[in-house]
Amino acid sequence: MIIDYVGVKEINGSLIVIDGVKGASFDEIVEIRLDNGTRRQGRVVQMEGDRIVVQVFEGTRGLSLENTRTRLTGHPMEISLSPEIIGRVFDGVGRPLDGLGEIFPEKTADVNGTPINPVSRVYPQNYINTGISTIDTLMTLIRGQKLPIFSGSGMSHNELAVQIVRQAKIADEAGQGFCIVFAAMGVKNDVADYFRKSFEESGVLQRVVMFLNLSNDPIIERTLTPRCALTAAEYLAFDLNMHVLVIMTDITSYAEALREFSSSKGEIPGRKGYPGYLYSDLASLYERAGMVKGSTGSVTQIPILTMPNDDITHPIPDLTGYITEGQIVLDRALQGQGLYPPVSVLPSLSRLMKDGIGEGFTRADHPALQNQLFASVAKVNDARSLASVIGEEELSPTDKKYMQFGKLFEAHFVNQGFSTNRTIEESLDLGWKLLGTLPRAELDRVDDAVLEKYYKETSPEDFDIK
Amino acid sequence: MANQNVIYGVNGPVVTVKNARDFSMMEMVYVGEQRLVGEIIGVTDKATTVQVYEETSGLKPGDPIVGTGAPMNVTLGPGIIDNIFDGIERPLSEIEKKSGAFISRGASVPSLDPDKKWSVTMKVKVGDKLSGGQIYATLPETPIIEHRLLVPPLVGECEVTSVMPDGEYTLNDTVATLRDEKGEEIKLTLCQKWPIRTPRPVKNRLSASVPLITGQRVIDTLFPIAKGGTAAIPGGFGTGKTMTQHQLAKWCDADIIIYVGCGERGNEMSQVLQEFSELIDPKSNRPMTDRTVLIANTSNMPVAAREASIYTGVTLAEYYRDMGYNCAIMADSTSRWAEALREISGRLEEMPAEEGFPAYLPSRLSEFYERACIADTLCGARGSVTMIGAVSPQGGDMSEPVTQNTKRFIRCFWALDKDLAYSRHYPAINWLSSYSEYFSDLDPWFAENAGEDFIKYRRRISALLQEESSLMEIVKLIGSDVLPDDQKLVIEICRIIRVGFLQQNAFHADDTYVPLEKQKQMMKTILYLNKRAKHLVNAGIPISRILETGLFDKLTKMKYDIPNSKPEMFEDYRNEIREKLEAIAHG
Repeated sequence: MIIDYVGVKEINGSLIVIDGVKGASFDEIVEIRLDNGTRRQGRVVQMEGDRIVVQVFEGTRGLSLENTRTRLTGHPMEISLSPEIIGRVFDGVGRPLDGLGEIFPEKTADVNGTPINPVSRVYPQNYINTGISTIDTLMTLIRGQKLPIFSGSGMSHNELAVQIVRQAKIADEAGQGFCIVFAAMGVKNDVADYFRKSFEESGVLQRVVMFLNLSNDPIIERTLTPRCALTAAEYLAFDLNMHVLVIMTDITSYAEALREFSSSKGEIPGRKGYPGYLYSDLASLYERAGMVKGSTGSVTQIPILTMPNDDITHPIPDLTGYITEGQIVLDRALQGQGLYPPVSVLPSLSRLMKDGIGEGFTRADHPALQNQLFASVAKVNDARSLASVIGEEELSPTDKKYMQFGKLFEAHFVNQGFSTNRTIEESLDLGWKLLGTLPRAELDRVDDAVLEKYYKETSPEDFDIK
Repeated sequence: MANQNVIYGVNGPVVTVKNARDFSMMEMVYVGEQRLVGEIIGVTDKATTVQVYEETSGLKPGDPIVGTGAPMNVTLGPGIIDNIFDGIERPLSEIEKKSGAFISRGASVPSLDPDKKWSVTMKVKVGDKLSGGQIYATLPETPIIEHRLLVPPLVGECEVTSVMPDGEYTLNDTVATLRDEKGEEIKLTLCQKWPIRTPRPVKNRLSASVPLITGQRVIDTLFPIAKGGTAAIPGGFGTGKTMTQHQLAKWCDADIIIYVGCGERGNEMSQVLQEFSELIDPKSNRPMTDRTVLIANTSNMPVAAREASIYTGVTLAEYYRDMGYNCAIMADSTSRWAEALREISGRLEEMPAEEGFPAYLPSRLSEFYERACIADTLCGARGSVTMIGAVSPQGGDMSEPVTQNTKRFIRCFWALDKDLAYSRHYPAINWLSSYSEYFSDLDPWFAENAGEDFIKYRRRISALLQEESSLMEIVKLIGSDVLPDDQKLVIEICRIIRVGFLQQNAFHADDTYVPLEKQKQMMKTILYLNKRAKHLVNAGIPISRILETGLFDKLTKMKYDIPNSKPEMFEDYRNEIREKLEAIAHG
């Protein structure tokens, strides 16, 4: 028996309150029909006896206390899945946008997913060659990792993400079984368009599943967009054994949508007005990356977030950094100098790289080299801050060497260009070549045996001026 | 049951029940048709509040809630070691067998394997007097851990009335019976239950006197922790909290390690699982897993179970302490636990204190850390529980409530530093802002076991580092060139201390664990160079000539060049220092 509940008791922002409901369950999806025939979807977010609070995805505009009929669907938010979703475009809650009709479901899945049993996880150890020197050498991306890009408004994070997609050797040698899930949350239409065009140009559009919630789409749908995308990704990876790269942009918009929703529910705010459960909520997205036993597929995530006011201690990048396995931080000063990609090396990190590089993965000298490069770049910063006080002329000869090393490092190693694709050997050799401009005694993080093999003194003239 | 209790409202992990009178505070309950595990956290005249340890979607008003009549408890018995549990002691590998790679809800599996046979040796005979906490039988749990079965601690003076012969028994077999003073019979099996929020009793607590040796130089020499002590490792993301915890779990000289992954990453837990099963414990030549218990409640697992997970961990640790073992519990991270408290408190609409954390945060933290102790146990042995909690301060800001409140209840503070981590100096423990309050407790031990000079060298090293830090203030302003040579020497020596001593490479076969003797010899050699070089500088020989000898670089790398097994090589180093510097002195 299907019951329609006529009217609502209260409307507050995107929330409606309905009295006298029987048999509703927590998190269930409801369908709301207006008198003028339009339909909306909502989700039960709170229950007290026979009173339920429903969050309306499309917003409550046009709703009055009397003009609605609400019907319970009896199941939580689900999306239809089949191998046909590859190459399709959906809106933020999984409805087709490309006019190619509904998906004929092979299965439906709850978008909230269920946590992966830690025992069933396979520890990710296969590195993904992105062809970008800074990432491959210093913050290696591993298959099954979640490695966000911390950026700011106006920086080239989108280009970087596209370059990774274009160059990354994610799949096994055959290049089969690889696809991309793209979730846009509150981004401008131009940005979504840029991604679509770039995917087309690099010939991967047929392998992309897109979920688009643009900046003028309802914010409540935005809170579901990444969940739909990740449910699709899990299906492709663990049911169909594909290697899936998930790009989610922009996490900041997502968190703001969550804050808006939380405050309309009257919840007690935590830091900067974000709900106290922001950490758990973000974790429920990021932790859906990984690999599991019994499947050869993988879910690798590259979430993109724009740090408000470039502040890395803002709750969104802060909590993200605590959940993800490292981060790639972009720097406005580097971008200002016209360098691309403007990866700020020191705060960037990949937690999984230590077991995915070196002998048998990349090259035996990789761990030592990356350790030394980080240490040397840190010294460059010390020298620079000293130079800003006493002037470059007054620096000691060693510090001058570091200043020079810093310049060369940025000009050649960091600044690689949008279309250059370097192999891991090229990147590592370039690293050694740069370290060659420093005195050998300064390389204190490397064993003598490794130095013997790779250290060769070089001078700035050895680097061609670009 | 006359009137069944049913759900009235649902809000995230918090469920309310109306007009229920038969629940008690902290009682464990089953919620809904799927029998999700929950705990009573609020009782008023009108409504009872339940926190549910699993995802609540799909719960309906009108679904049943059934009480268990007992508080949230864990099963204690053989089979705990080498196992991996979720936050409420459900074995994750059993759940995997039942529901596959993804955790389904309402999984009801026994905590410990009920069918496994253990070979039990009885330690009592009929007519013996026994009381709570005493040993009645033993069995080999892993090749290195003998499991001692203890009479439940709250049992009074009893007489043994029957004893089964030695042999193979399963978890719930009765192996002995007791009769207490009132004449009531008590059956002893291989397991017992204990509520997780109640500390297990001991005979008497002792003051700290023995260090927990970790093989990590910066900790053992500069900031040692006692067995039965407490430490916090605060640090922003990427500063190496988890890495440090892993190093301690691998190398510290506790008998049993309880590693609680509280609201952290799933891939990290799989890393621990993989690494620990491959790593061989140098003391026992057995895999690390033979002495390790993992509690994994990753960040995407239900938040209420995250809150319970550290209590579960410490209860397991106390159980083994009572048998006379030294246990160490690593909680990574206590901030996630505090956030779970905040999240639940928010759902209960309690009045928030600082930054939305509940006002009872400090009291909960102190309750937790006070469960660390070294003590004479009820069975007459000596055991300890050492607690090491990671703290993840928001935005790396140590003035936030969790760090500040934790500081009040711990005695070792290993502050991780972002700048050190950025330059890949690990462990990134800042030697200026960290502290240990255990020096006075532990110095007698160090004097006896490592020599008086160990303490002397440590003080000298600390003093040099302090001196360097004030010199660095000047260097930052005007550069190091203007410093007089004796101050330059301090900076160069401290460079050796920082890079060659404090920094430690966890991936280097020798450097990952360094015995106390080598630590002492390293300090001695560095200080020897300092002393000899200082003589030369005072005699007016320019420091550049001393640096040219290459001795400084050589000492920086001695951690790699001298194997742990050959401490005698340090004597050669010191001879070389003497010869080279004498050569300079004589022209």
